[in-house]
Amino acid sequence: MKLPAPPRPKFLRPTPPRPGRNGPNDGAPATKPGVKETAVEGAASAVGWVDERTGATPFVRYLVYRKVPKGVNWYYTLGSATLFAFLSQAVTGVFLAMYYEPDPTRAYESASRITNEVFLGEFVRGMHKWGSTVMIILIFVHMARTFFFGAYKYPRELNWIIGVVLLVLVLMMGLTGYLLPFDQRSFWATVVAVNINASGPIVGPYLADFLRAGAEFGPTTIARFYALHMLLVPGLIIALIGAHLYLVVKLGVTAPPWLKAEKKDLLREEV
Amino acid sequence: MADSPQYDKSSRYTEGRGLPGAFEGETVTRRRFMEGTTLVAGGVATMAFTLPALGFALGPVLEDTTPTRWQSVGPEDDFTDETYVQRVINLVPEIGDPGKTTIYVRRANLERDPEVEGQETQPYVAISTRCAHLGCPVRFIQASRKFVCPCHGGVYGFQGEVEGGPPVRPLDRFYTRVRGGRVQIGDRFSLNSELKRFSPRDPSNHLDGLWQYIYPARPTT
Repeated sequence: MKLPAPPRPKFLRPTPPRPGRNGPNDGAPATKPGVKETAVEGAASAVGWVDERTGATPFVRYLVYRKVPKGVNWYYTLGSATLFAFLSQAVTGVFLAMYYEPDPTRAYESASRITNEVFLGEFVRGMHKWGSTVMIILIFVHMARTFFFGAYKYPRELNWIIGVVLLVLVLMMGLTGYLLPFDQRSFWATVVAVNINASGPIVGPYLADFLRAGAEFGPTTIARFYALHMLLVPGLIIALIGAHLYLVVKLGVTAPPWLKAEKKDLLREEV
Repeated sequence: MADSPQYDKSSRYTEGRGLPGAFEGETVTRRRFMEGTTLVAGGVATMAFTLPALGFALGPVLEDTTPTRWQSVGPEDDFTDETYVQRVINLVPEIGDPGKTTIYVRRANLERDPEVEGQETQPYVAISTRCAHLGCPVRFIQASRKFVCPCHGGVYGFQGEVEGGPPVRPLDRFYTRVRGGRVQIGDRFSLNSELKRFSPRDPSNHLDGLWQYIYPARPTT
């Protein structure tokens, strides 16, 4: 059933075609393209220009339209969820860096200024603080999914290893980030954390000196934690996420374990 | 008519191996030589910035940047050999409050304090409040004459020796001296269970038995 069109003011009504024009078999020359057609045409040609020079289409098509086994479910989104948690941390972290001062006499003050004075500062800092916990929880759930679905098995062992390294790096982010507000809790937690590092055999004492920039918690310790937190470790994380995703795309995802072997034909079926 | 060439794959010379464009007496092809040169040049260039940067980051591990500071904590009359007096000293003056630490000071009692062979005794006993487990601040409980750590239940006796809990060695101490009637506090040192002196170590580093060998001293001290 076709509903009647609602009444519209005159300027919103479509112009009816001129008689004898635009009919499919009219044979008359086409009308001049409108603004919309020109815009669409222009955008398409710009995309085409890039595409022709980068070969992006086959890549994106391979990435987006790759086959996934039947039975994939919400558990398979945990990796993406972790990735988005990381992106959220990266974005909020970059902007927090605009107000934060990694100096032992200024750190607490600048962090509390972010919370109490900067516009939306409380929200962005809160996103970063709680987001870090969310990210670590998501990583562990993602890891559990991989483990219980047997998705770490051949040929995906290397991706498991990369994932474990990523886990360690993210925990390092948590450790180095914890000092930065520089209140009593973060100071003493870091003192203890560095001393836990010092308890490692052979390398422990050197590691602790490296983290503290000396034998005592000193004037450059915060700057050092800050550099590790916002440059070194995130750089490594980004590189390894790239490798992780490359392997996911290259090797494909595993079928859920409850799809039995005798249903092999089902697995091959295109979804 | 020339003999059909006989090539020997194991020959030293490229000519002998029958490689195209081989020169007489040449053992490595120019292509291979250039490959090697490029790799070596790239490696040298990478090392040229990586190694100095790494050394820069690791500098504090290899270099002692904290000078010895003698800090006065009061006239000699302030201290007795019966009990500890609490004082605050500045370990790292540059960073303000976080650089301060509490110490417990008393006069050494030559009869009660055990003498360690080959080590001169300190005129005063200045005990660091950094727990030898993981570095939480311990406090002295006057009634029981013990040091107690709030974090994981480490307990130390009057000498700072371990009496219970996870700590691996006695509480660290500071060098002391008397100048112009005032007690001065110097560098920190660590002790093993026999109160033998060692260079300052991090908490959790053992100084007894075989354990001490897996916790090396700082190269700087």
